Amino acid sequence: MPRKASSSVSSIIDTPKRATVRTTNKIVQFFASSPKPSSGETKLSSSFPGALPKLSPSLSLPTISLSTATGENTSEAPMVVFSPEEARRTARKHAQFGPLLHPSHKHVSQNLDGKDLAEPIEDEPPYFIMFTTYFSYLILIIFGHVRDFFGKRFKSRKYTHLKAQNGYAALNSDFDNFYVRRLKKRLDDCFSRPITGVPGRFITLLGRESNDYNDTFRMTGEKIETLNMSSYNYLGFAQSEGPCADAAEESIRKYGVSAAGTRAEGGTLDLHVDCEALIARFVGKPASILYSMGYATNAWIFQSLVGKGCLIISDELNHASIRTGARASGAMIDMFKHNHMGDLENKLREYISQGQPRTHRPWKKILVVVEGLYSMEGTMCNLPALVKLRQKYGFYLFVDEAHSVGALGPRGRGVCDFFGVDPRHVDILMGTLTKSFGANGGYIAANKDIVDKLRAINAGVLMSESPSPGVVTQITSALKMITGELNTGEGEERLQRLAFNSRYLRLGLKRLGFIVLGHDDSPIVPLMLYNPAKMPAFSREMLKRKISVVVVGYPATPLVSSRVRFCLSASHNKEDLDRLLRACDEVGDELDLKLSSGIAGGAIPLPEGVTQEMEDERIANGGKVSAPRWPIEEVIKRGVQDAKLPLR
Amino acid sequence: MSASSSPPASAPSQLFNMDYEDFIALLFTVRDMAITQFHRIPGSAILTRYIKMSYQHDPARSVIELCLVIFAIRYLLAPKYSTQKKNFVKLRDDEVDELIEDWTPEPLVAPLTEFEQEQIEKTPVIAGPTGPKVKLTNGRTVTNLASANFFNLANQPALAESAITTLRTYGVGPCGPPGFYGTQDVHMDCERDIAEFIGSQACIVYAQAFSTISAVIPAFAKRGDYIVADEKCNFAIQKALQLSRSTIRWYKHNDMDDLEKILKKIERDSRGRELTRRFIITEALFEDGGDVADLATIVKLKWRYKYRLILDETNSFGVVGATGRGLTEYYGLPATDVDMICGTLSTTFVGGGGFCCASNEIVHHQRISGLAYVFSAALPAMLATTVSEVIKMLRENPENYIDPLRENIKTFHAALAKTDSLTITSSLLNPIISITLNSKKEMSDDEQDRMTQDIVDECFANGVLVTRVKRIVAPPGMAKGPKWFGWNPAMAVKVYVSTGFSKKECEKAGGVIRSAVTKVVGRRR
Repeated sequence: MPRKASSSVSSIIDTPKRATVRTTNKIVQFFASSPKPSSGETKLSSSFPGALPKLSPSLSLPTISLSTATGENTSEAPMVVFSPEEARRTARKHAQFGPLLHPSHKHVSQNLDGKDLAEPIEDEPPYFIMFTTYFSYLILIIFGHVRDFFGKRFKSRKYTHLKAQNGYAALNSDFDNFYVRRLKKRLDDCFSRPITGVPGRFITLLGRESNDYNDTFRMTGEKIETLNMSSYNYLGFAQSEGPCADAAEESIRKYGVSAAGTRAEGGTLDLHVDCEALIARFVGKPASILYSMGYATNAWIFQSLVGKGCLIISDELNHASIRTGARASGAMIDMFKHNHMGDLENKLREYISQGQPRTHRPWKKILVVVEGLYSMEGTMCNLPALVKLRQKYGFYLFVDEAHSVGALGPRGRGVCDFFGVDPRHVDILMGTLTKSFGANGGYIAANKDIVDKLRAINAGVLMSESPSPGVVTQITSALKMITGELNTGEGEERLQRLAFNSRYLRLGLKRLGFIVLGHDDSPIVPLMLYNPAKMPAFSREMLKRKISVVVVGYPATPLVSSRVRFCLSASHNKEDLDRLLRACDEVGDELDLKLSSGIAGGAIPLPEGVTQEMEDERIANGGKVSAPRWPIEEVIKRGVQDAKLPLR
Repeated sequence: MSASSSPPASAPSQLFNMDYEDFIALLFTVRDMAITQFHRIPGSAILTRYIKMSYQHDPARSVIELCLVIFAIRYLLAPKYSTQKKNFVKLRDDEVDELIEDWTPEPLVAPLTEFEQEQIEKTPVIAGPTGPKVKLTNGRTVTNLASANFFNLANQPALAESAITTLRTYGVGPCGPPGFYGTQDVHMDCERDIAEFIGSQACIVYAQAFSTISAVIPAFAKRGDYIVADEKCNFAIQKALQLSRSTIRWYKHNDMDDLEKILKKIERDSRGRELTRRFIITEALFEDGGDVADLATIVKLKWRYKYRLILDETNSFGVVGATGRGLTEYYGLPATDVDMICGTLSTTFVGGGGFCCASNEIVHHQRISGLAYVFSAALPAMLATTVSEVIKMLRENPENYIDPLRENIKTFHAALAKTDSLTITSSLLNPIISITLNSKKEMSDDEQDRMTQDIVDECFANGVLVTRVKRIVAPPGMAKGPKWFGWNPAMAVKVYVSTGFSKKECEKAGGVIRSAVTKVVGRRR
């Protein structure tokens, strides 16, 4: 029973219990039969972990068990199989976009208190883990050098590209290449896994094997369908059927495959103009420009905005495209600590008061560049604080919404929507259309005078290819679906499913005892692995369980913080997430990944009569925080209910 | 008596004296112990002897050495200071606040000039599919010589069908970078098809043509490396050179003597130094002017002086050479003679993205360090299959595409050459015809812009859509800096030829352009 679009959003936020009660009778029964927890158990004692197993049988809070939920689904959705053909089609459809198992598996992504964003608490692993991590790198480096030393002498044929020969300098520097050769190659089987078909809820990997330690791969010809926790498919628009694909097909039939040319010459179709208007309306800016590649949007935009005598202050974890673009602009560049508003303010005060280096002339412009949602950390920018700083210091604010547009906010319109900030307060909203919209390309949305100027001077407009008609239509129809113009209600459901999935998985992982980064509502959930050897181990173990994950290590992250990153999607349902949680539980035990100390969340819910303030006070007074190590069944049983409360 | 009177004064001093002697004795013991300990340290004898001898022979040296030791200790203990903030002015908080209050930034972008406004308004918007004849949103139907649709395949039904088949299997976007499950089998097929077509070992496909070369060059050329590039190289190459931070030398446009002179000079200069990577970079058909690079000579020079050659085939791949394999085919050279061949897949091949063909190891290196490859989503599957399809068509029947295109280019050249008001700078191989105007007077950039725009307008009024070269003006203060902050090519009217026109249509359109040029240039005279 999907929630109607008309049902008010606030009811879910304010009274999650009531909303759930109304939806199904079964839950009402649960409520009725659930005995009140006895007062003895509500006492907050220091014996938290010990209390947990005892707590579980008696505390039958309203939950939706998986079996009940799926049972209900079968009674509602037409699962009756008419023919093998029909069954195949349904299976195919569900492989791209999973059916919603229960109407309660939805949530609204929104910053409820409207305040500045609280920093997520970062947990630290035990010293032993840090030590072994450094030690592993040491061993890898020593072994690498030993192998290089002998290899260069005895197997010189394999090292030709690193040595000057024949009057040509080496193509790659030996030093730069060391990491790639000696560390990355060991886990090359976990990267660039080729796929076929739609990267939807499931993703089909093409089997490959290597007989020469990952030097070359041979395709084995097998196809492995795995659960896709890796693609940036936030709203599940990676589909080969459904309204978006239908529209794209029609568009290709009408417009052909290409717009042939640059936007400034003969490459502008009416499709592009319509799409730009739609994007502008969607993100809440007067105008926008569409580009054919997200990376390129950033790489070419900064030179049209700033130059000599200007300053770019950029978050230290900004994406490579922003760094490239900033470097190409010729402006001076400085970085502030990730999401650290105090550091940013200090920098601003210093730079504005000191002026340009040497001459002390005032800066022409200062552009602060942040991302809405950081793809490696899962953190959001602190937009309310940034807007306050912008008003005080008069810099220009550039927000890269590559990951956040479509993925955050009650209406999916990005960080502004999430925080309830008027997009007026952000000068340039940049975003990509690859992620939430299942297409390709990027956009810049800003005031009309800025956009018009960009059309006249930006190399991305004047010289780069215009997006293809099919791709543009995919964007347009996905946008229309989110706003409700197309298939009313479905877009909203997708947004709410994504928000629920994000919170559910994050809470589950925290309760299992993993160290997880990022803000609660972010659909990017990085799980910390630390040891470099755990990257391939985790990835391969997950592949054995038919789950595709992305492992990330140095240089994309600091040396010691290797991690696995789960990207959630509206196409996942609770069944998928439970499958992932179970797999993580097993692998986590095997690889010793349950390292959290409890300070970053995952604790057992507060007993009745104890408020969060009381608990905070207890911890502030030196009360012990117990490390959460919930049993998996308990995590699954209570996840749905608890994911909608403020996470703790 | 004395004993009775003196004690108050002498007792402490005696005590002091006693202690002092003890203290001295203690000091001596400590010294002796230290000396014994010191002698136990291996090599201590050498040190003592060294100090003693240097003192005997040269007391001044000992003093200097002592000074050095003191200086070293002082240096190590000195507070750290930043070398960058030498110019730092210490201000009070209220002064900082005042300065912040006073600071007014310039607007984010300069106001739109009248000419720019006109440009934006005049950008044609095509309603419906692109092709030789297009309907614009203002209701007019015009002859389209402004789209890079050389083989008229953009709207070909067979290609559309194959794209739809792909769409129905793969969806639209691959939703991730190639490294993270974004590599689909169709991408691998497409790369293999291009490599086979061109005749190179391997190929890598980027998601946007314009960003390809600006990712390829900095992946290899680093600080300290030498790049020798044609001075007319396009804007993307120039940006790539900027990002590479290498040492850049420009040679005069297509001037092989100048190129050799520079190569010789670099050889002289770097003699005795560590060998660094060296690259020659040129376009095949130049964006600025449209002429052909003298690849045969460049390749000879590259071998002789041991350079790696990067060739940008953006405008030539697919249309130059007997079967469209590009400039290497035209000169009868194997593609492997060029170390990296970059090009676009979005014009002739009506798909999308760009490619770089090279040896296995060069391609492999780009998969790790080509920024626009690593950090960008992969190309949509349907664009990759479209490229594969077009390559198949070209391989099967090159004569259906290349020959008619060449014919049409010839027809245009012939139709345009009938007046002395213009010069065609582009080569007969180039489907993008560059027309520069012959005016007796020297014209400023703005005047040239105005004039070419007038010609474009005049052609449009007569139902022919052409376009013109657009410059990127370097921001104020940067015009005199390195050339990559702006793009200032020779001003020209551009005509995109396509196989979609009959000979008659070409002649007619050529005539319209010719008379437009004559009219505008004449008005000027």
